[in-house]
Amino acid sequence: MTTAVNFQNICRHFGPVRAVDDVTLDIAEGEFFAMLGPSGSGKTTCLRLIAGFEQPTSGHMEIFGVTSEGVPPYQRNVNTVFQDYALFPHMTVLDNVAYGLMVKGVDKQTRSAKAQDALAHVALGGFGGRRPSQLSGGQRQRVALARALVNEPKVLLLDEPLGALDLKLREQMQVELKALQRNLGITFVFVTHDQGEALSMADRVAIFNDGKIVQVGSPEEIYERPNTKFVADFVGSSNVLSPAFSKSTGGPEKWVSLRPEKILVSQEKDKPLKGNHSVIATITAAHYQGAAIRLNTLTAKGATINVTVPAATGKFADGEKVTLHWPKEAVHIMAGEM
Amino acid sequence: MSLTRSISDKLFKHPAWFSALLLTPPLLWLGLAFLGSLFVFLFHSFFSIDEFSGFIKYELTLSTFAELFRLSNFDVIIRSLVMSTAVTLASVIIAFPFAYFAARYARGKWKALFYILVMLPLWSSYLVKVYAWKLILAKEGIISWAAEQLHLTWLLDAVLAIPVIGGPSLSISFLGTFLVFVYVWLPFMILPTQAALERVPVNLIDASSDLGATPAQTFRNVIFPLALPGIIAGSIFTFSLTLGDYIIPQIIGNSSYFLGQTVYTLQGTAGNIPLAAAFTVVPIIIMGIYLTVAKRMGAFDAL
Repeated sequence: MTTAVNFQNICRHFGPVRAVDDVTLDIAEGEFFAMLGPSGSGKTTCLRLIAGFEQPTSGHMEIFGVTSEGVPPYQRNVNTVFQDYALFPHMTVLDNVAYGLMVKGVDKQTRSAKAQDALAHVALGGFGGRRPSQLSGGQRQRVALARALVNEPKVLLLDEPLGALDLKLREQMQVELKALQRNLGITFVFVTHDQGEALSMADRVAIFNDGKIVQVGSPEEIYERPNTKFVADFVGSSNVLSPAFSKSTGGPEKWVSLRPEKILVSQEKDKPLKGNHSVIATITAAHYQGAAIRLNTLTAKGATINVTVPAATGKFADGEKVTLHWPKEAVHIMAGEM
Repeated sequence: MSLTRSISDKLFKHPAWFSALLLTPPLLWLGLAFLGSLFVFLFHSFFSIDEFSGFIKYELTLSTFAELFRLSNFDVIIRSLVMSTAVTLASVIIAFPFAYFAARYARGKWKALFYILVMLPLWSSYLVKVYAWKLILAKEGIISWAAEQLHLTWLLDAVLAIPVIGGPSLSISFLGTFLVFVYVWLPFMILPTQAALERVPVNLIDASSDLGATPAQTFRNVIFPLALPGIIAGSIFTFSLTLGDYIIPQIIGNSSYFLGQTVYTLQGTAGNIPLAAAFTVVPIIIMGIYLTVAKRMGAFDAL
C-alpha cells in the first residue's frame, strides 16, 4: 500500500511552545485517518503541516513520496475543509467552488461545469448563484467540501468540519462523509476533539496529547485496549484502576482500564458471578441519560468507579450500596499509568 | 435613588424613548446647525446676482448654474477634479503597502510605532505643516540644496520644465501643490485601508493558497477585493478634502484657483453668494457620481 502522508520525527515549535513534538506517522493511501485529542494537543498543527500553512521546525515529511518541507500550500495536491469553512464572502457559491480551477487557469466554461457538478454532488445544485451568507451552516459545510473536492486532491484535510453543526446534522454529515470517502477513495485526514466522531468514521485514529501521538490504532483497538491512562480516560471515559486496587478486586497487580459499560451492578448482598472481579461501592450520583443510566460510585478504598447500565436495569438511589462486578476479560492491562 | 431608578425603569420599558434620548442632541446639531445651514446656503444657487447693484435677486433661476460652464469657471472645476484624482491615486499607491505591512506583519510595539508614525503629523497644526513645506519646496529650500549636493540639479530642472505641472520652483508649481496635498491627506488613506486589511480573515488567505492560488493571485482575488471598501472610504477623504481645500493652493502653487478657494473668494470679497453656492454643489455631485460608480463596480459587496 502506498503511503499518502509520512512524518519522520516532525517537530513544530512556536518559541518555547512545542505544538508538535517529535511525531512520526504514516497515513496510508485511501485511508480515513482521524487525529483526536483535546484542544492544544497539536492535532490541528499537524494538519496545517500537511496543508503547508506551517513548516516543521525539524524532522522530515513526505506526501506521496515527495518531500514537502519548503513546498508552499499552493504547490501541494492537498485541499482543506476549514473549521469555519473559510468561504469567500465576496463571491457567489459557484465562484467559490470554481476558485481552485480558476487560479489554475481552467477556462470559464469547463470550470463552471465542474463546479456545477461538484455542487450537485453535495445536493446544492440550485445554489450556485447565492452568496455564502445566504446559506445555513450545513449548506456552507457542503460548499466547503465541494470547493475542496472539485480540485481532485490526493489528500483531503478536514479541520473539525462538523464542530459548528447541531447534533442531528452532525450525525447525518458523519454518515455522508464516510460514504463520500468510500466512493472517492481519497485519503481523508480528519481532525476532531469528539471521540464519538473519530471512532464512528475513521479507519484508524491517532490520539494526541501535549504535541505527541500517544496511541495509533483502529477505533476498536483504541477503545478496547488503551495504552495509557490518558487514552483510557479521553476515549470513552474509561475507569483506570491502580495496581493495588486492581489486585484487591481479584484482578492483576497492574495499571488496568475498565470500560463503564462492562461493569454489572447487583444488590450489595448478592454474590458476584463466579470468576468475576468485584468490589462493593456506594452510589454518589445517578445520571439518567435516556437509554442508559450513568452511576458515579465510590469504593471503601476511595477509588471512584463510573458505571453505565441500561436504563431498564432498575432504579438507583444516591447513597445506596451495591456490588460492582465484571468478567476478567473486561480488564485491559495498560503499558503504564501515563 | 428612587428618581433615577424610576427613570431607568421607564427607559427600560420604552426602548424607543432611550433611542430618542441618545439621538436628540446629535440630530439637533447635525440636522439644524449643520445640514440646515448647508441647505439654506445651497438653495442660494437657485438665485442670481444683479450685475449692476451686486444685490441678490430672490427669483428662482438656473442662470447661476449656467455660469459654472463659463470657461474661467469650468477651468477651476476641471483643475480641482484632476488634482483630487491624482492626489487620491498617489495616496492609494503610497498608503497600501504601508497599511498592508501594518495589518499583516506588525505586532505589539511595531504596531504602536505604526500608529504613532501615521498620527504624529496630525498632532501639529495644518498651517504650520503647509508653511514648512513651502520652505522645503522653495528655490532655496532643502530639495534644491540636496539636488545640488547630489549633482542632480539637471533632474530637478527637467522636472520643473515639464509644462503645466512645472514652474520656476517646486513651491510655485502644480507639482508642489500635489506633493503637499498627498502629504497632508495621506493618514486619511492609510488608516481606513489598514483597518480594512486587518479585517480580512487569515483563514481566507490560507484557503486561497490551499486551493492553489499563488500569493499574487490571492492578493488580486481575495485580499484586494475585501480591502476595497476601506480604500474607497480613504479615497472619499482624500478626494473630497482635496476638492474642498482652499489653504494649500493659496500658499503653494502658481496661484491658480481651485474649488475651495473659489467658493471662499466668491462668498467673501466678491459677495457672490449664489455662485459660491453653485460651486459648492459641484463637489457634492462629483462625490455622488463617484460613490454610485463605486457601488456599481461592487466596491461595497464585501461590507
